[in-house]
Amino acid sequence: MPPLAISVNDLSKIYGEQTAVSHATFDVPLGSVCGFVGPNGSGKTTTIRMLLGLITPTGGTGTVLGEDIASPEKYLAKVGAMIEGPAFYPMLSGRENLKVLADLGGFPHERVDTLLQKVGLGERGFSKFKTYSLGMKQRLGIAAALLPQPQLLILDEPTNGLDPNGIQEIRELIKELAEGGTSVFVSSHILAELEMISEYLVMLRKGKVIFAGKTQDLLGNQKPVTAFKPEYQVDLNRLVDIVKNLGYEPRVENGAVHIPVGAEIGATLNRAAFEAGITLSAITTSQPTLEETFFEMTGE
Amino acid sequence: MLNVVKAELRKMKRPSLTLVTFSIVAALSALFTSLIFLRLGSTSDRPRGREIAQTIESMSHSDGGYYSFSIMGLFIGLIALTVFASQSANEYTYGTLRNLLVRQPSRMKLLVGKLMAMIIFSLLLTIFAAIVNISLSYIESSQGHVDTKLWLSSKALSGFFTTFGNMVLGTIGYGLIGMSLGIILKSPMSAISISLLWFMVLENILEAVLSSSAKWLPGSALSAVSSGGSKIFTYQRGLLMSAAYLLLFGGVATLLFKRRDVSS
Repeated sequence: MPPLAISVNDLSKIYGEQTAVSHATFDVPLGSVCGFVGPNGSGKTTTIRMLLGLITPTGGTGTVLGEDIASPEKYLAKVGAMIEGPAFYPMLSGRENLKVLADLGGFPHERVDTLLQKVGLGERGFSKFKTYSLGMKQRLGIAAALLPQPQLLILDEPTNGLDPNGIQEIRELIKELAEGGTSVFVSSHILAELEMISEYLVMLRKGKVIFAGKTQDLLGNQKPVTAFKPEYQVDLNRLVDIVKNLGYEPRVENGAVHIPVGAEIGATLNRAAFEAGITLSAITTSQPTLEETFFEMTGE
Repeated sequence: MLNVVKAELRKMKRPSLTLVTFSIVAALSALFTSLIFLRLGSTSDRPRGREIAQTIESMSHSDGGYYSFSIMGLFIGLIALTVFASQSANEYTYGTLRNLLVRQPSRMKLLVGKLMAMIIFSLLLTIFAAIVNISLSYIESSQGHVDTKLWLSSKALSGFFTTFGNMVLGTIGYGLIGMSLGIILKSPMSAISISLLWFMVLENILEAVLSSSAKWLPGSALSAVSSGGSKIFTYQRGLLMSAAYLLLFGGVATLLFKRRDVSS
C-alpha cells in the first residue's frame, strides 16, 4: 500500500439526531490530487473539519500524514488549509492578516510577500481585507493555506467567487504543487475542474462515502452515452418513442436523445429512425463526464 | 506560546483599536483631572454641612499627584473588558478561530497566549492612563495653587506603585470577565452589552435595593481591588472574591474553548 496523506476509517460525526458524516472510510495516497465531491450538506466540510482537529469525531479513526487526527498538533505544521471560505480580520490588510498567521505558525515574514505575489495580490496587499472582492478574499485564503509550504493542502471550495481566469490559475497552481510533491485534497462544485486535475476522488452523499478511488476507475466503469440528434426538432418526440420501443430509457438534452449505451446501438437506431422518416443529423458516443456521473450517483 | 502573543499583539496594534481605546482613556483622564481641579476648594471654604471631594490641602499631600488616576479604576477596567470581549468573541463572528487553530492546534496555548497579549495591552493602557493623569495633574496644579512638593516624595512613589499595581490587577480582572463572556457567548455585542449592563446598572440597583448583596457582587469586589479596598470590601476580601469570580468565569470559558467544536 502506498504511503497515505489521509486515511479515515469508519469516521462519523453526529449532531444530536442529525448524522453529518456516517462511517466514512477512504484513503488519499501521498503526492496525489484528490477531489472531494458531494452535494451541499453531504458532509464534506464536516469531514475536513475533523481532519483538521476543529471538531471531534463521534466515532471512527483517521490519520493525516501518518499521525492520528486526535493529535492535530503532530501534523498541522505540515498542512495548509482553507476551510469553508476565507475568514480574516476585516480591519487588517491582507498582508497583516497573513503576518498574523505567519507569526502564529513561526513562518518567516518574507514568505508573506512572496505568496501575495503568487496569488496575484501583490498590489493590494496593503488594502484592508474588508475592501476585497470575493475573488480577492479567496486568493488570500489560498495564500494563507500555502504559508507553511505544506506537504498536504486541504482546500474547501477554493474557486468560489473566482472568474474563469482565476479558476484556471488555481488549477495551474494545484497542478504545480502536486508536481512538486504536495498532496492536495480539494472539494469543489466545479466538477469539470476536478475531473481535469484529480487523480483520485472521494464522493459523498448524505454523509456516506459512495465512491473512493481513482478517477479513471470511476469514469471507466460508467456506461458510454450515445446521443442522436434529429435534423428537425419536431421529430424529437417521435425519436424518443422509437428509443423507448427498442427498450431503452432515453434522456433528452440539448435537442438530442441520449441513451446509456455504446456506439453499437447506432446502426439499429439509425435504421429505425430512417424507416420512420426521421433523418438524424448527428450520432455521437462519449464517456460520461464526472458531472454526469456525479448526478447519476448522487441522484441530484 | 510567544508566537501566539506576537500574533495577538499584531492584531491589537491596529490603529482603529489602539487609537480609539487610548483616545478614550486620554479623554476620560482629562475629564477626571479637570473636574477634580475645577471643584477644588480650601478647607476653610467648606460650607457647613457640605462635602468637598478634594481640597487644595488634600491635593498637596503625597497622593495628590496620582489621585485622579486612582479613581479611574472602574473606567479603565470597563474599557479593558470591552476590548477583551470583542477580541475573543470576534474570532467566532469572523470565523477566524479556525485559521488560528490550524496554525496553533493546542487550544490551551492559544488561549493562554491570547490572555498574555491582553494582559500586556491592559498594562500599557494603565501606564498610559497614569502618565496622562499625572501630567495633567501637574499642569492643573499650578492654576489650582496646589503645592506639589510632596508629589515626588518616597511616600508618594511607594503609594503610586501600590495604586498602579492594584489598578493593573483590577483592569486585568475586568478584562478577564470580558474575555470569558466573549468566549462563552461568541458574540461581541452580547458580551459587551451584558457586562456593561451588569456592572454599570444592575449592580447599582441591587446595591440600592438590597444593600447586603453588595458584599457578594463581582463589580464591587473588582472595584475594591482597583482602589486598594473600599467601604464594602477590605482589599483582601476584594481579592478573594474577585479571584473566585474569575475562576468561575475563566473556568467555564476555558472548558468551552478547549472542548467546543469549531463549526463556524
